[in-house]
Amino acid sequence: MSKTVTDVICPFCGTLCDDLVVVTDDEGKKILSVENACAIGAEKFLHSSDHSHRVTRPRKLQEDGSFKEITYEEAIEYTAQMLVNAKKPSMYGWSSTNCESQSVGHEIAELCGALVDNTAAVCHGTTLVAVQNVGIPSCTLGEVKNRADRIIFWGSNPAHGHPRHMSRYSIFPRGYFTGKGQKQRKIIVVDPRCTDTSSLADVHLQVEQGYDYELLQALRAAVRGQELTGDIIAGVPKEKVYEAAEMLKSGRFGVIFFGMGVTQSLGKDHNIDAAIMLTKDLNDYTKFSIIAMRGHYNVTGSGQVLGWQFGFPYSVDLSRGFARYNPGETGTIEVLKRKEIDAMFVLGSDPGAHFPMQCVKEISKLPSVAIDPHITPTTSICKVHVPVAFVGVEVGGNCYRMDNVPIESRKVVEPPEGMLTDQQFLEGVLKRVRELKAN
Amino acid sequence: MSEYIIKNGKVYDPKTGIKGDVADVCIKDGKIADKVSSKAKVIDAKGKTVMAGAVDIHAHVAGPKVNEGRNYRPEDKLFTYKPTGKNTRMSGGFSIPTTFKTGYEYARMGYTTVMEAAMPPLYARHVHEEIKDTPIIDEGALPVFGNNWFVFEYLKNNEMDNVCAYIAWLLKTTKGYGIKIVNPGGSEAWGWGENCTTVDDPVPYFDITPAEIVKGLLTANEQLGLPHSIHIHSNNLGNPGNYETTLATLKIAEGVKAKNKFGREQVLHHTHVQFHSYGGDSWVNFESKAKEVAEYFNKNKNMTMDLGCVTLDETTTMTADGPFEHHLTSLNHLKWANVDVELETSSGIVPYVYDPNIKVCAIQWAIGLELGLYAKDPLRTFITTDHPNAGPFTRYPRVIKWLMSDKSRQEMLKGFKHSEKVIAATNLASLDRELSMFEIVQMTRAGPAKALGLENVFGGLAPGMDADVVVYNLNEDKIKNPEEIETAFSAADCVFKSGTMVVENREVISNGNKRTLWVDAKVPENKQVERDVQMKFLKFYSMTINNYEVSNHYVPNPYVIEVDSN
Repeated sequence: MSKTVTDVICPFCGTLCDDLVVVTDDEGKKILSVENACAIGAEKFLHSSDHSHRVTRPRKLQEDGSFKEITYEEAIEYTAQMLVNAKKPSMYGWSSTNCESQSVGHEIAELCGALVDNTAAVCHGTTLVAVQNVGIPSCTLGEVKNRADRIIFWGSNPAHGHPRHMSRYSIFPRGYFTGKGQKQRKIIVVDPRCTDTSSLADVHLQVEQGYDYELLQALRAAVRGQELTGDIIAGVPKEKVYEAAEMLKSGRFGVIFFGMGVTQSLGKDHNIDAAIMLTKDLNDYTKFSIIAMRGHYNVTGSGQVLGWQFGFPYSVDLSRGFARYNPGETGTIEVLKRKEIDAMFVLGSDPGAHFPMQCVKEISKLPSVAIDPHITPTTSICKVHVPVAFVGVEVGGNCYRMDNVPIESRKVVEPPEGMLTDQQFLEGVLKRVRELKAN
Repeated sequence: MSEYIIKNGKVYDPKTGIKGDVADVCIKDGKIADKVSSKAKVIDAKGKTVMAGAVDIHAHVAGPKVNEGRNYRPEDKLFTYKPTGKNTRMSGGFSIPTTFKTGYEYARMGYTTVMEAAMPPLYARHVHEEIKDTPIIDEGALPVFGNNWFVFEYLKNNEMDNVCAYIAWLLKTTKGYGIKIVNPGGSEAWGWGENCTTVDDPVPYFDITPAEIVKGLLTANEQLGLPHSIHIHSNNLGNPGNYETTLATLKIAEGVKAKNKFGREQVLHHTHVQFHSYGGDSWVNFESKAKEVAEYFNKNKNMTMDLGCVTLDETTTMTADGPFEHHLTSLNHLKWANVDVELETSSGIVPYVYDPNIKVCAIQWAIGLELGLYAKDPLRTFITTDHPNAGPFTRYPRVIKWLMSDKSRQEMLKGFKHSEKVIAATNLASLDRELSMFEIVQMTRAGPAKALGLENVFGGLAPGMDADVVVYNLNEDKIKNPEEIETAFSAADCVFKSGTMVVENREVISNGNKRTLWVDAKVPENKQVERDVQMKFLKFYSMTINNYEVSNHYVPNPYVIEVDSN
């Protein structure tokens, strides 16, 4: 016998597919199969269900480099002491967990005067800054499915990064006004490389690496009917720019999806400024929206919870007793580079794998805790590793899709016996921090 | 629960008809009581004003667009932050404060119940997450229906039972309170970059007009007998000459009688009427038509309105009226955010500076106040700023000052850069009416509570009602300077929410026991609607139907109003 859970949310990427079907054994302990998910999503479920590879109790790094198992109580005590005793601790990550846990974490951060930052720091933080500069005309992914006839992927490769994005929302689906699906849509891909996504494009603008800003501004000029000078613009023949501009203007509803190719390449937030302004300009001719291809399944949620609790989407510094926000100064990478923080708390992210080496080295020198179900480069350099249940697999909770739509993830199986969830662990820390602060 | 007796205050309460007489107010077990035991804690209110907690019928305080406003306007937090207190979280923001600040500031002003004015159903979970994080005040949220594809299709086919069944389903699914209509048809047209600016403009591809949408939803609302009436933001907001569209919208409700068991008498609530009372045909000859609109309301007793007063601040406009925000960004060139929501609505955000040196802004300021002064029935006219659109809710005390003091208004009028032009385009200079304290209480307590169908729960001091009580350090008979009014209403001496003291000596001392209000309307089983909902989710939504409902744990402390619409 087996049990089938339907409408399961995939806790992998910002596409946040919510139509997975997961079959478990009768006791709800082991996952037998996953339907509808992409290869990455399915693997996340199946991998979590294989307990033989998992660390199920907190571990503390010993002087000889080995790890010794400790209890959750000891891990809570270490974490609480570390945060309370630090002058300026950093609490980083929050993107692979639910909003409920983020909320508890923020309360701890407020009590301890911590910096709170999420993975936008290395990802779409520049987008958030651009939105603060020029706004963002956007829409939900269902609008794209029902209306869009012009789709642009700029610096993103959903075929690999967001595998079901194209079939669920952007290229292939048939919606209310888009009964012919892909046939009704024109696809433009802007990418220096030929990718599996660009192979689907009607127009592939092979922009020269690092020249996105120039191409965006050229498109804006072309859309307005202005003359472009030079035969090749940002690596693209002028005629192709005109052709693309005409294609954008002639659509009835267009969307620009953009990814790390523009947010973290030369120009950063200025690229996104230009992309948003192109979108805004196009609204003088037709209807256009722009959506960031957010990575982690709940990085968007972290920005939302930070927003309503403190008013800023990332890089929030609470160390002065009130919230400050100045990306470039209060971001985690910057404070690590300046050796400004004296404790590091990581949850739901892997800075060890993604931060500059200089920062990773600094983390390894600090009192540090990593909360993560997996063994990662981060958990290997932190003083304490606290394994927790997988959000979206072993515990539910709210998550926000890349278009800010909230979807509540589901629990499909029990975590290994005795394991805590993010939220339970954080609540333990919060309780202990309150006690320590009261004395 | 503790008992309190508030002694010797000047009490104002339309519910029991007390108009400033000295009386005692007793609180027991969270409710207003006839009497209390000798153990009751005594609060001396001698020389002070005592009234029920205020009810805000329309404010944008929680949800996706409010939060987008917070996140995309870091500048709004400048110089506003308060550190963590003994009983309070750190809080900041001016026009779009954090959820904590929203709760604290409302409570300090003596507001205890607030309606979030526009909830996109797809984002309902987000709205409730924020409501959960807003301390003290009771809140409800109005889902938007005016651009919903289900509603369009059922109304086009004249299937009223199906409209009702769908509304009941959506209220339950989103934990919503009532029917909000924003730019009917126009927000759907915005999906194609278009708009509906009159009540007869057809909605592209849906073969229905704004007038039919309003009429249909109004009929459904009364058929269901919901506690609140339809709550409408009509077409053509913010444009010179739009008062004609407003009157055409109101006309739809003429003569219709309310049908419900909650004591509600209106069938239509028109919100932020200030934005809908403009004359002229350009910004050059822009003028007030407040008199015409207010007189229409005076004549038609089955309608209510809230003012939407401009407070002349830098603020953040946000509305489910997507095309309007696009229009606004082309006027002021400030950053524009927009979100179109599949099958349901659109929305937009643009910061706005209401500058007293700009003629149009000053005229808008005057129009909001004129409406309040021309209105003959304060029980049908409510004070709002359409927070944060015309100004932040923290300016309510200032609006109250302007309404209560001709002197303060005249000073403002004289101080404008284009004073003469403003006076010529409005009637405010000649309006010397000054609202009394009792009228203010009607406009902020009894009136909105009644319009929401909550007259027996909130907004009054009759025994058995919720003990939401406020004491202000103000005596109506001894006001020398209008500034005293603003100061007193800005921070109450003490505030009780459901019998718990939440504000003492002008500071928040407790996070109270906030509740979420929502309406559960029982309708006969309707297989067709069930099937249509299933089908639309399968084909057109980007979410499965089983993930759409807001589960109960997002509403941890619900106050459910059950309506038997069978």
